[in-house]
Amino acid sequence: MEKSIHRFVLRHARAETMVLIALTLASLPIYYMALDIPKTIMNKAIVGKGMTWPTEVAGIPFHQVGYLFLLCAAFLLAVLVNGGLKQYINTLKGRLGERLLRRLRYELVNRVLRFPLPHFRKVSAAEVIPMITSEVEPIGGYMGDAFAQPLIQLGTLATIVFFLFMQNPVMGMAAISLYPIQAYLIPKLQKKINQLGKQRVKAVRRVSERIGESVAGVQEVRAHGTGSYERAHYADLFGRIFEIRFEIYQRKGFVKFLNNFLNQLAPLLFYSIGGYLVIQGELTVGALTAALTANKDMSSPWKELLDWYQQTADIKIKYEQVTEQFRPENMIEPGLQDPLAAPPPPLAGAVRAAGVAVVDDTGLRQIEAVTVDLPASGRIGVTGAAGGGKEVFAQVLARLVPPSSGRLTWGERDMAGINESALGARLGYVGPSAYIFSSSVRDNLLYGLKQRPVHAPARDAAGQRARQRLETEARRAGNSDLDHEADWVDLSAAGVASSAELDARLLDLLARVDLTEDIYALGLRGRIDPDRQSARAATILAARAAVAARLAAPELRGLVERFDPQAYNTNATIAENLLFGTPVDPAFEIDALAANPAVMEVLDRVGLTPLLIAAGRQVAATMTEIFADLPAGHELFEQYSFLTADELAELPGLLARVAEGAQPEGADRRRLLSLPFKLIDARHRLGVIDEPLQERILAARAELRRAIKSGVAFFDPDSYNAAATIQDNILFGKTAHGIARAEARVGKVIAETLDASGLRGAVLEVGLDFQVGVAGARLSNAQRQKLALARALAKRPSLLIVNEAIQGLDAASQARVMEGVLASAADALLVWVLPPDAERGPFDRLLVFSEGRLARDDSAASPANA
Amino acid sequence: MSLQEEAEILRRIPLFAKLEPAKLKLLAFTSRRLAFEAGQVLFNQGEFGDSAYIIVDGAAEVSIETPSGPIVVATVGRNAIIGEIAILCDVPRTATVTAKTALQALRIDKETFFRLVTEFPQMAVEIMRELAQRLEKSNQQLRAAVAARQG
Repeated sequence: MEKSIHRFVLRHARAETMVLIALTLASLPIYYMALDIPKTIMNKAIVGKGMTWPTEVAGIPFHQVGYLFLLCAAFLLAVLVNGGLKQYINTLKGRLGERLLRRLRYELVNRVLRFPLPHFRKVSAAEVIPMITSEVEPIGGYMGDAFAQPLIQLGTLATIVFFLFMQNPVMGMAAISLYPIQAYLIPKLQKKINQLGKQRVKAVRRVSERIGESVAGVQEVRAHGTGSYERAHYADLFGRIFEIRFEIYQRKGFVKFLNNFLNQLAPLLFYSIGGYLVIQGELTVGALTAALTANKDMSSPWKELLDWYQQTADIKIKYEQVTEQFRPENMIEPGLQDPLAAPPPPLAGAVRAAGVAVVDDTGLRQIEAVTVDLPASGRIGVTGAAGGGKEVFAQVLARLVPPSSGRLTWGERDMAGINESALGARLGYVGPSAYIFSSSVRDNLLYGLKQRPVHAPARDAAGQRARQRLETEARRAGNSDLDHEADWVDLSAAGVASSAELDARLLDLLARVDLTEDIYALGLRGRIDPDRQSARAATILAARAAVAARLAAPELRGLVERFDPQAYNTNATIAENLLFGTPVDPAFEIDALAANPAVMEVLDRVGLTPLLIAAGRQVAATMTEIFADLPAGHELFEQYSFLTADELAELPGLLARVAEGAQPEGADRRRLLSLPFKLIDARHRLGVIDEPLQERILAARAELRRAIKSGVAFFDPDSYNAAATIQDNILFGKTAHGIARAEARVGKVIAETLDASGLRGAVLEVGLDFQVGVAGARLSNAQRQKLALARALAKRPSLLIVNEAIQGLDAASQARVMEGVLASAADALLVWVLPPDAERGPFDRLLVFSEGRLARDDSAASPANA
Repeated sequence: MSLQEEAEILRRIPLFAKLEPAKLKLLAFTSRRLAFEAGQVLFNQGEFGDSAYIIVDGAAEVSIETPSGPIVVATVGRNAIIGEIAILCDVPRTATVTAKTALQALRIDKETFFRLVTEFPQMAVEIMRELAQRLEKSNQQLRAAVAARQG
């Protein structure tokens, strides 16, 4: 990557820059004309100095007025051409800048993808992100100006100076007499500003790094109560930035002041020297006026030039400071990451390590002189003490860590020379904490099948043309022209022929890694769109009826309290009983209900408000009494109360303000009204939901259904509720709170019904669509590891490396997962890094690492006597 | 049945008799009211115990596994507290408890129980008193048994 920004611009936009320079040079004579014609108009056309009428222009005779208009037309033309050319140059500059910015960003990201793995221990995302996003932004704007701007301004300046010299050499000298002083002083002042600029960038980076740490380590900050320490650190960091920035501001201001001051001095020279010359009769008043005007015009390009100079200094630092972060040692060769043009070549055969050693960046030898032959297929266990080299060996095999010396071959090929996409298509690796992308379960499973675009997306003619334009532009900026919207999933690599088969294959994989039940549970909590999947919705409705029929059996009666439009559901909250539907608009969420005017209007109308306020007061009194002696935020409270600690703290005041039977207004009214909304009669047993209240609520329910036109998906025994989960749609009611093991028993009934109606697969497919959250945060650690294993298995790798990937699972689950993976990768070479002191177990061979060396190699053929 | 009534029931249990009404309500609020059918098992001998039960209504049988099959050692009824040993000293359930009739119980889980005890020392004192009484009772039984043997 180019070390200086100017070299970067010249290398990637030489032609465009040359065009810009040529156009700029071409615009200068026209600019000169725009300066010169007014003078001719004054002197020749209007004053008529040295003219005889009619005068001939290109053989056509002109009278004075005609001549005046001719010159005016010429002036208009010059202005138009000058303006048009400027506009065109600006457009070119803008496009050039944006293209180069795109290229720069792409190049930086490209380099991140090529960083050697150990380098990621030194850089944090919090540092890299602002560099690629915000820090390079001003660089982009500058790159268009890098060469053109000084040229334009210098050219303009030179034109004016030339014009002045043409008027009078002394005047010309006067105009430029102060420039040498400025040219000497300003760089000196700027140098200090540049140093400060470097410090500023570093200080800001420290802040982003620190913020990244605070966010990632927020649990520790909270648990150790070190918020004050962190805040003090931030105050310190920001203080330093403040000092640097303020000093830069002051120094820049001084440069500006100095410059303005010297510019203001110039007219003084004109008045004194020019005035003297006029008095002496060596200069006309008209020439002095023209010279003054020209000098005024000079201040603008001069100022621009100075700005450009300051900007250049600033941007150079930015560019260097950004790009130096992207030049680590041992980057992956760019050729290894070239996109595949054809399906990845088959890779198979024995894997051989010959004298492989790894030395980390601190000089520590992690593995030494490892020489081992692994067959093309088979099960190899690897064990040894933690840090003894087995983990690094696995990473070397997966080519995640390059050997410092020695050679690794797969079949006939040197591992170091295999294209990364080709390798990724045939090699599976699962580490101890695999990363899960923020997407659906399905997308994560398919991630390992996306080495190259397989099918271009279907586009109409207009779409095709738009895509062409995007690709051309991408190539101009040195970006990848591969189509992100194409279908990247290589079905043949997964061993299936169609997308339908693919889903079946994914479900099979889930079963192999013991993840089916988890995905099933996620599926039950998922939602479907009944408009798009009407058949599925109909089957779920049928399951609703079937489950209801089964739950009507004497031994199961009472487990679920179904939603009945005519009855109060004691296992649901008051809010759910009121709305009798699922909120779609946040205005109908339980916390917003008391502030919803449409709802309040109905509650007032049916006379429910006073009852709810009385109930609210009772809830407030009981809660205050029960939790009175507990400190705020006590775990018991957190666990059982349906109020927050802040809300509880407000209650005594609320009770004091609102007398019993009173009807408060405003915030107190909303507060009291919202208190009972979360009450579940069967669970909280506060005894405030009596018959009259229930009757009023039912009346309000009917009214609300008529009044609310949108924002709530109402419960309807005969239709699918798009806003509710599949489970809620099947159950169409609430599991009873007061019956032992009700949830488990109901879950069993649902599972059996779904199996019987063939819906289990459908629920699993909905589970595949589950969004796992950032870094898979909505899955448990065990689920993430299992998902990563399934992802590695999906491409049917010839070499599968499992590096302490399931240590976090419980023993029974570990056994099931290992069995499933072993069976799935029967034809492959499977290398499994096991806990220390592991037995050979189901493996053909056991490699034992100790202190970085391969200490033992037990195979089934030669049973070890260890 | 409301919190108020449950608090009344808790008051009749010696362990909680001396607690003030607000604490009893808190205990009731933080416990779960559960219905069991006749024959349904509350917990099995040998399981890890995570909660204690207070019988509000109905009766339950306490049985112990022996090589010759389960033997019913006691029948407990209203106001009895069962399963407290397992949550106090982290041992597996020492017996199986099965609902003999339809049963209503309050279930207090271990965490909650301990938090209540740590938060309200008078509860801890009451529990100590109750346990000491039980110890004294078993000592008496032991003495009586020893005397009967010697005599």
